Amino acid sequence: MELVYLLFILVLAVFLGFALITKVPPLLHTPLMSEANAISGITIVGALMAAGTEISSVLTTILGTLAVVFAAFNVVGGYWITERMLKMFRKKGSV
Amino acid sequence: MTSSIAMNLCYLISALMFAFGIKMLGKPTTARRGNFISSAGMLLAVTATLFFHHIIAYQWIMIGLVLGTLLGLWKAIKAAMTQMPETIALLHGFGGLAALFVDWIAFDVNPFSDVLTQASIFLSIVIGGITFTGSLIAWGKLSEKLPGKPVVFPGIRLVNAAAFAAILVGGIVFFGSTAYHYPIFLMVLALSLFLGITLVLPIGGADMPVVISVLNSYAGLVACTTGFALRNILLIVAGAFVGANGIILSIIMCKAMNRSLTNVLFGGFGAAVQNSDDASGKEVKAINVEDAFFVLEAAKSVVIVPGYGLAAAQAQHAVRELGELLEKNGSEVKYAIHPVAGRMPGHMNVLLAEADISYDLLAEMDAINPQMPLADVAIVIGANDVVNPSALDDKNSPIYGMPIIRADQARHVFILKRSMASGFAGIENPLFYADNARMIFGDAKATLQALSAEFKNAA
Repeated sequence: MELVYLLFILVLAVFLGFALITKVPPLLHTPLMSEANAISGITIVGALMAAGTEISSVLTTILGTLAVVFAAFNVVGGYWITERMLKMFRKKGSV
Repeated sequence: MTSSIAMNLCYLISALMFAFGIKMLGKPTTARRGNFISSAGMLLAVTATLFFHHIIAYQWIMIGLVLGTLLGLWKAIKAAMTQMPETIALLHGFGGLAALFVDWIAFDVNPFSDVLTQASIFLSIVIGGITFTGSLIAWGKLSEKLPGKPVVFPGIRLVNAAAFAAILVGGIVFFGSTAYHYPIFLMVLALSLFLGITLVLPIGGADMPVVISVLNSYAGLVACTTGFALRNILLIVAGAFVGANGIILSIIMCKAMNRSLTNVLFGGFGAAVQNSDDASGKEVKAINVEDAFFVLEAAKSVVIVPGYGLAAAQAQHAVRELGELLEKNGSEVKYAIHPVAGRMPGHMNVLLAEADISYDLLAEMDAINPQMPLADVAIVIGANDVVNPSALDDKNSPIYGMPIIRADQARHVFILKRSMASGFAGIENPLFYADNARMIFGDAKATLQALSAEFKNAA
């Protein structure tokens, strides 16, 4: 039952994703990809949970810390780059 | 229990903010706000997790967060706009690696959990491993640290098939028995990392828009499977958005090349030099900058067709200057953007936007093609396959069927090119030999600047 429940959410989310993303014009495909990339950094949530568990060996501590580093890199880098790109899209006459 | 409810409510708001963020990317005027909302959603998810989840050890988490944030900021600020493709590829790789580590920890903490968890971890390791090394190879190719040409050695498909089969067998043993559980896990991990390398190495630089889109969808998928392993709904929803994004972009890119995804990913395209068009008897006609200026000066409408060469020559500012001078001279200037021009989806748009070219001048292929016969001059800058007319009529051409920008229909075509060396895929381009086409040899940036100088002298 748990699997069905999770699949239910997955399928609906995929549909929502498709509906939203097909509306993004090719003009903005690079920022779209880099924002999506930043969103994929949501694994940071998993990384925080994993790095903060009570059962910790040396291995899990190292892996957990590295997971947080890379996920944070992904999130912050992704959003910042998207912002930098979007800032440049201007129409003549507007500031 | 209450803290878990509070945390998941925050996750729900985060997911909504991601969705609104993507929705607002649908228009250039709202896109920036959309990105901000999305990033605020991410901050909320992180804060809620830190606050509501039972986290024992904060010390390493904080070190990791600070280090990752600083490195990410440093990379994002430092990267030039021409380096966007490789920077995004690198970030994909890091996302995949982070997911891989999270699943590894989940496995290490409890190697014999229920089937759903184990299956999710297994899938995450495979996808995460391929995403990580595959993205690193893509990064290497895009930043020209590795050769852009397809790297193919004999038997590479056999090696890939064997590695894939070994992963499958590993999976069967992994779920079928409890013996060698950890060694098999590590073996699958190593094989996935290996597969990422050998799958991307044979793919050429011109196919990178597809590769980077596929890697994008993998990065989403691995977030999804990690969500299944951890029973985390936000990971599943956000991963689904990203997965859908990568799939849509891959399909758009493949359609724009008239090739199937399998053909792009496993075809080794461009490795062998094909020569379907017999161009040996024909000669190209060159034109110098001065004569080109006289044609441009009289032109009422000019269409500029940029390709990867524009990015390689860093000529986006030079093209903006020429475009402005042409407009001042009374010409109507448009930029025709092919979906696969450049090294990633939308690459040309970002470059031209960086040069401060108004985005309403950037026309999509389908919008500009009906106007091409009315154009006085088409200036092709560092583009080749996307304007190759053999895609329309030469059934033997490897790119037959690919939609192109009809630069050939303009009254005059100027082609800015470094030399006559064949293009990326080594395909002959009959446009270069057409009666209305003239080559302007030399560095694209220098040529554009010389043309601009002519306009300034004339003024």
